[in-house]
Amino acid sequence: MVAADLLKETVLSLSSNKVRSSLTVLGIVIGIASVITMVAIGQGAQSSISARIQSIGSNLIIITPGAQRTGGVSAGQGSSQSLKIEDATAIGSEVRSISGVAPEDTHRYQVTAKGNNTNTQITGTVPSYTDVRNVSVDTGTFVTEYQQQTSAKVAVLGPTARDDLFGVGADAIGQMIRIKNIEFQVIGVTLSKGGSGFNNADDAIYVPITTSQHYLSGSTYVTTVSVSAQDSTIIPTVQRDVTDLLLQRHGISDPTAADFSIMNQADIIATASSITGTFTILLASIAGISLLVGGIGIMNMMLTTVTERTREIGLRKAVGIRKAYINMQFLMEAVMLTFLGGALGIILGWVASVLVSNFAGLTTQVSTSSILLAFGVSAAVGILFGFYPARRAANLSPMEALRYE
Amino acid sequence: MIECNNICKTYVNGDVETNAVSGITFRIDKGDFVAIIGPSGSGKSTLMHILGALDTPTSGTYLLDGQDVSKLDDDQLSDLRRNKIGFVFQAFNLLPRTTVLRNVMLPLLYSDTTEKERDQKARKSLEYAGMEEGKFMNLSNQLSGGQMQRVAIARALINDPAIILADEPTGNLDTKTSRIVMETFQELNRRGHTIILITHEPEVALYANRVITVRDGVIEKDVKNVR
Repeated sequence: MVAADLLKETVLSLSSNKVRSSLTVLGIVIGIASVITMVAIGQGAQSSISARIQSIGSNLIIITPGAQRTGGVSAGQGSSQSLKIEDATAIGSEVRSISGVAPEDTHRYQVTAKGNNTNTQITGTVPSYTDVRNVSVDTGTFVTEYQQQTSAKVAVLGPTARDDLFGVGADAIGQMIRIKNIEFQVIGVTLSKGGSGFNNADDAIYVPITTSQHYLSGSTYVTTVSVSAQDSTIIPTVQRDVTDLLLQRHGISDPTAADFSIMNQADIIATASSITGTFTILLASIAGISLLVGGIGIMNMMLTTVTERTREIGLRKAVGIRKAYINMQFLMEAVMLTFLGGALGIILGWVASVLVSNFAGLTTQVSTSSILLAFGVSAAVGILFGFYPARRAANLSPMEALRYE
Repeated sequence: MIECNNICKTYVNGDVETNAVSGITFRIDKGDFVAIIGPSGSGKSTLMHILGALDTPTSGTYLLDGQDVSKLDDDQLSDLRRNKIGFVFQAFNLLPRTTVLRNVMLPLLYSDTTEKERDQKARKSLEYAGMEEGKFMNLSNQLSGGQMQRVAIARALINDPAIILADEPTGNLDTKTSRIVMETFQELNRRGHTIILITHEPEVALYANRVITVRDGVIEKDVKNVR
């Protein structure tokens, strides 16, 4: 009887004051929805950046030449010429647990084709590059072993380079392009990796590494060697083995004097994560402020409501309702409002996140912890400030409560 | 029925002690209609709170139906008010935006009665208080002052209380409605209800059988009305 009465009384009380109830619910909804959406955007950004980094290859270790020093003056990382194709071959044959090695000789040149021209990155490389760096061929073929051995003048275009030279989506296979005034035949176009602006992976042209060395750079050195480990857990081991091998091959005994530098994907991800982490903290603090503001709103609403209803509490006491039941009713009302607001807020936050990813093109990721945090804080505030003043009023003598203005 | 023995009530506000009621002794018999009259500040409201078990005296004893009210705790006082006392207030004190029936049922909330019994009791009580049946489902804020007071009287009657305490029941009503409400109280008294009326208007007190005049916290006069 008591439970049924309590429920009925709560529902009646809330529904007979629709404006008051809906304003309270609205405050809770906005507080919760904004926190969920903010955190979803932050976490979405973080995961999309990690995914982008994964797309450059998996379990990747990148070796670049060290800084060139001329009498103590450093020309910067990668400026020296210390890596050769033979180094890459040695890594491939001597280091265990690797799934691929790809040396590359990358420089920027002006490229022309049928009156169009562009300045793009020309990467001389080997067939295994596709596996090591996650490059897929859309149409045609990639550089073959034979073409590499024979220094064939063939080129594989990135989709952006193809668009720039032949027009968007044009069929470029079999066409001729000129790099440094040497004619190359297009044999394939790679699949888009996405990305834009600086370091666009799609704005590239691949040629056999021997061709690049003989006809373009005229050097026997390479600019980068990419190694992919079989498993992410053995990256450190592979990295150490590669370092030892290269030090030995280059005749260097002191590891700090190495003429190359080596970096793995985990390091890159860690760097990027620290950037997106800052971003998430920023969004979380905005969300925290909205939670605070929302909480204060809920608190205000609850406090005014209960103060307004002190006379009602006095009346209930005067006609003989025990204060425990009055307390329970107000607690129920607060619980019902916060849970209703909480549920609506979670739905709204979710919908808003979906809308943001659909219309603003940002990846969003709704996280359970943000839902729990937002819901927990609003529920705690709502219940505390709904219940506490009601309890105080129920403890007043009925006459005092009835006379309350 | 009601026995008050040397009742005192002292309010302490900071260092200042105020004696609202200082030594009141009287008894009221079952079926009586008593008016307690006095100017504001006379202590009649404090006395009414004590009689209505809304407050306990600082000293002295108050026996209601042989039970010492001054010794009860908050919950016991609530139960006592629910079962033995019906209140009619000057400001009606109905729940706003709530139906007439629901208002009358309020004292039955959380008790062992079924919804059907409550409904029957509330309807009976409303008819008894002279409320037209067509208004039972109206919201309390759509009623006139006289109707609101009838609803309040019906609410006071629902548990068939030993005493009905009316605190300035005509204070917010016009002369004509006041007369009707006072006649309702007389009618209830004729049917056997004990009624205690608190007022500051001598003409309202004329409806009662006995008038106790309170001044400065003590009884000044206690006379029977001669009709």
